[in-house]
Amino acid sequence: MSGSKAVKVKKKIDGNAFLLLITIVLFFVMYIAGVVIFNEQGFGKVQNFLNLFISNAGLIVIAAGMTVVMITGGIDISVGSVVALTCMLLAWMMELKGIGAVPATLLVLVMGVVFGLVQGFLVAYLNIQPFIVTLAGMFFARGMTAIVSTEMISISNETFLSWAKFKIYFPFGGYLNRKGVMIYPYIYPSVVIALIILVLVFVMLKFTKFGRSIYAVGGNEQSALMMGLNVRRTKLKAYVLSSTLCGLGGFLFCLNTCAGFVEQAKGLEMDAIASSVIGGTLLTGGVGNVFGSLFGVLIKGTIEAFITFQGTLSSWWTRITIAALLCFFIVLQSIFAAVKEKNKH
Amino acid sequence: MKKRVLSVALTAAMVASMATVPAITVQAADDELIVVGYAQVGAESDWRTANTESFKSTFTEENGYKLIFDDAQQKQENQIKAIRSFIQQDVDYIVVAPVVETGWETVLEEAKEAGIPVILSDRQMQVSDDSLYECWVGGNFIKEGETAGQWVADYLEEKGRGEEEINMVTIQGTIGASAQVGRTEGFGNIVAQHENWKMLDMQSGEFTQAKGQEVMESFLKSYDDIDVVICENDNEAFGAIDAIKAAGKTCGPEGDIIVISFDSVKAAFEAMIAGDLNATFECNPLHGPRVDEIIKKLEAGEEVEKIQYVDEAYFDTSMDLEAILAERAY
Repeated sequence: MSGSKAVKVKKKIDGNAFLLLITIVLFFVMYIAGVVIFNEQGFGKVQNFLNLFISNAGLIVIAAGMTVVMITGGIDISVGSVVALTCMLLAWMMELKGIGAVPATLLVLVMGVVFGLVQGFLVAYLNIQPFIVTLAGMFFARGMTAIVSTEMISISNETFLSWAKFKIYFPFGGYLNRKGVMIYPYIYPSVVIALIILVLVFVMLKFTKFGRSIYAVGGNEQSALMMGLNVRRTKLKAYVLSSTLCGLGGFLFCLNTCAGFVEQAKGLEMDAIASSVIGGTLLTGGVGNVFGSLFGVLIKGTIEAFITFQGTLSSWWTRITIAALLCFFIVLQSIFAAVKEKNKH
Repeated sequence: MKKRVLSVALTAAMVASMATVPAITVQAADDELIVVGYAQVGAESDWRTANTESFKSTFTEENGYKLIFDDAQQKQENQIKAIRSFIQQDVDYIVVAPVVETGWETVLEEAKEAGIPVILSDRQMQVSDDSLYECWVGGNFIKEGETAGQWVADYLEEKGRGEEEINMVTIQGTIGASAQVGRTEGFGNIVAQHENWKMLDMQSGEFTQAKGQEVMESFLKSYDDIDVVICENDNEAFGAIDAIKAAGKTCGPEGDIIVISFDSVKAAFEAMIAGDLNATFECNPLHGPRVDEIIKKLEAGEEVEKIQYVDEAYFDTSMDLEAILAERAY
């Protein structure tokens, strides 16, 4: 009896699901360790946990898009620059052109779609390496940001600021801080948007034909083609989705920073890729899960929280720790791949 | 395997719940210290490092403080995260040296809601509501410019050239930077008081040595009788000195051309000791003691001035530069 049960469990959890599980467990272990170590400083507060989502709402959405592209076997390194361009365009349109917050937001989302169409077309229909296409996209978007304005633009649009400052309070879990102020935990709408997007992308990947095609294309392009799937259109759609989510992520990012300037979100693409890989997405394609990427983002946020709570460590340790984690996960992935290969023979 | 993982997680959770109990007793000792969170820009220059050191050496436990330091690596989003983390850590004061001037409304609002006073260091912030921060501490660039102008006036007087026709050129900083704007304005105020002073030209050297040299070369070609060169930072002055020497002219206290600069980094002292530079006007990075003073006042319930300038000195070749250099922090 117990033997058959073990087989069942083994069947359910294949290598990829196991990787995801490791990521999730790792996050909780790290977070609990933080609560233990920095308990007296308030690491265990509900708000500290919510801050992971508040500060990374944009990244969660962008990493979801990145994961989709990576499942097709591609990559999109333009996202950081597209975020900068999005923020700059939002600030420029609202502050210097007098465009309202709603049309400005819609326009940047359209910009994201167009950006994705061009990149996707180049990758899917002209068969250019995604790395090269999106590298060009990265330079283009960063350059355009500087063309729009090299000066920093601060957003003072009333509507936009009211969105940015709108807090959703939880009715419980409040605490009195040392100044004697009662503080209830809160989130911003950006967190809700990010989580909704995450669920939508998850459902799309899991239950729609488009979603299954993405896995098929990434797993083995040749077989996907022979199965009669439209590989090119699937790839194009994946890049459009990534850039659109990037536009949306940029909007969420902008709600957090309320400004546009050239140097914004530099290196964000690498954070998104790292989050996806830590979350169990394979760079070779065919494997990945947006919830894994969410935990990848949360792990990054937790490391950052560790560094600030510790208070004396150089913040570059965040990068070093992420580098170590990446190595760990990549090695695990290749071990699993090797085991799989062995089992086949 | 799954079971093992689960058991690890459970053990960790159990350890966590046990650890909460003794941790509370630790808090009592911590309470007497004033907790200050400092969100620093990064470590991009000697000036910045000296600024960080100033905070670290001021906000020590012996002085009754606990400092939580965060380096934002030149990224505003990192600073926003750090401020959020400070709020969660229930710090008593937040000090920010903002990477950029804009985009702080949301997070400062969170700090205000938590009742934590925010003090700005070095750069200003553009916010719609002044009450979002307590005060700003930094250098007074206009005053630096005026001090420099006054020094030139005194120096010329001393040399018996007080009534002479004096030709000047300025190698400006990056146009629009607050250091450039303030220093140009301050020096201009003194130029306006002297009818015999003539500002021949002003061009930007973008705060770099290479560009400073380039600008000086073109000045030397256009004007053959330059008496004073004002460089809006030290690096530009090093470039200008090279250009002057290459053109076969001399500078410094013994030379034809008077060269002055701003910032007072260590290399500027070396240039003065070598006899190439006449004077340098300090941009003081040691903000820690002033912030300490402000916090003590706020703790005592006193009101503080919204804008607080740090004390700034100047150095010229009449001083014992070797001795000063040995003690300089930056």
